[in-house]
Amino acid sequence: MRQVVTAPAGVLSTVAAEVDPTDPEIVALADELVAIMRVSPGCVGLAAPQIGVSASVFCVDVTGHPKAVTTHGAFVLCNAKIIEASRWRPGREGCMSVPDLTGDVKRAGRIVVEGLRPGTGEAVTLTTDAFEARAVQHEIDHCAGKLFLDRVAGAHAIYQRKVYL
Amino acid sequence: MHELAITVIGPDRTGIVADVAEALAAVGANLTDSTMTRLRGHFAMTLICTGPPAAEAERALAGIGLLTSVREVGPSTEATNGEPFLVSVHGADRLGIVAAVTRVVAAAGGNITDLTTRLTGPLYVLVAEVDLPPGRADELTEQLAVAGAELGVDVTLRRADSELL
Repeated sequence: MRQVVTAPAGVLSTVAAEVDPTDPEIVALADELVAIMRVSPGCVGLAAPQIGVSASVFCVDVTGHPKAVTTHGAFVLCNAKIIEASRWRPGREGCMSVPDLTGDVKRAGRIVVEGLRPGTGEAVTLTTDAFEARAVQHEIDHCAGKLFLDRVAGAHAIYQRKVYL
Repeated sequence: MHELAITVIGPDRTGIVADVAEALAAVGANLTDSTMTRLRGHFAMTLICTGPPAAEAERALAGIGLLTSVREVGPSTEATNGEPFLVSVHGADRLGIVAAVTRVVAAAGGNITDLTTRLTGPLYVLVAEVDLPPGRADELTEQLAVAGAELGVDVTLRRADSELL
């Protein structure tokens, strides 16, 4: 199983390539992302660049999280794009690829996102809110070569992390 | 009434803020603007006070076992007709990141109003708030991208939003 890479690894700053969701390698990558997310304490989302693969694939699972409202269980999306975003609100974020810092980031509290399912390549449109929306935006940012550090709300909006899960 | 710029720094321990604030209050120094934080185990304070002559405040702080400096300053002149922007920088630590990035900002007429840096492991992070003359953002974005490429770091410039409610 691949390891999670941490900043300043170049792959985290690279715009990930779009993928063919029916490619068996991409299906295997999707499985691996979910497997790593499952074994990583506190992890609610993981994007391919975080395991060193510059591909536009990520998984999310916020099931049972206290900040979640709408939840879609565990899912993987390829080549995802946000097509609607509203209800912007700040929130504190951490990232497995930036293990020592957290930051206050403003994200849309409601989004509509389009992407492709690995395996079938089926196009899906997902509408979500609250914590799941935040997680999806964080992962889509990874696929665009952005970290939460690129979006923090101000010079005093980054914090040394005190609790590691 | 004198306006004083005071800096205090020393190894962190409990009671530093109370000691300094008490010493200043005892000589009638009224603490106006201040910023205080712990930096790698050192507690650092930058204060603007109004009240006694500098020598009196200096005497009051002499006994608390911290490195202090007190200087009389003129009344503040806050000229901010620029537009608020945020600069985020992250990448592998190396000498001169702050110097190079802030020089580019200054050359574009940007005035830095707040800045934080963090070094965690190999990752260096800088977040600065900048007042930028109107219409200079696109040009500065390009110049920061060039500086970032030379330094091997990622640089983002974006407008800082503020909502009036």
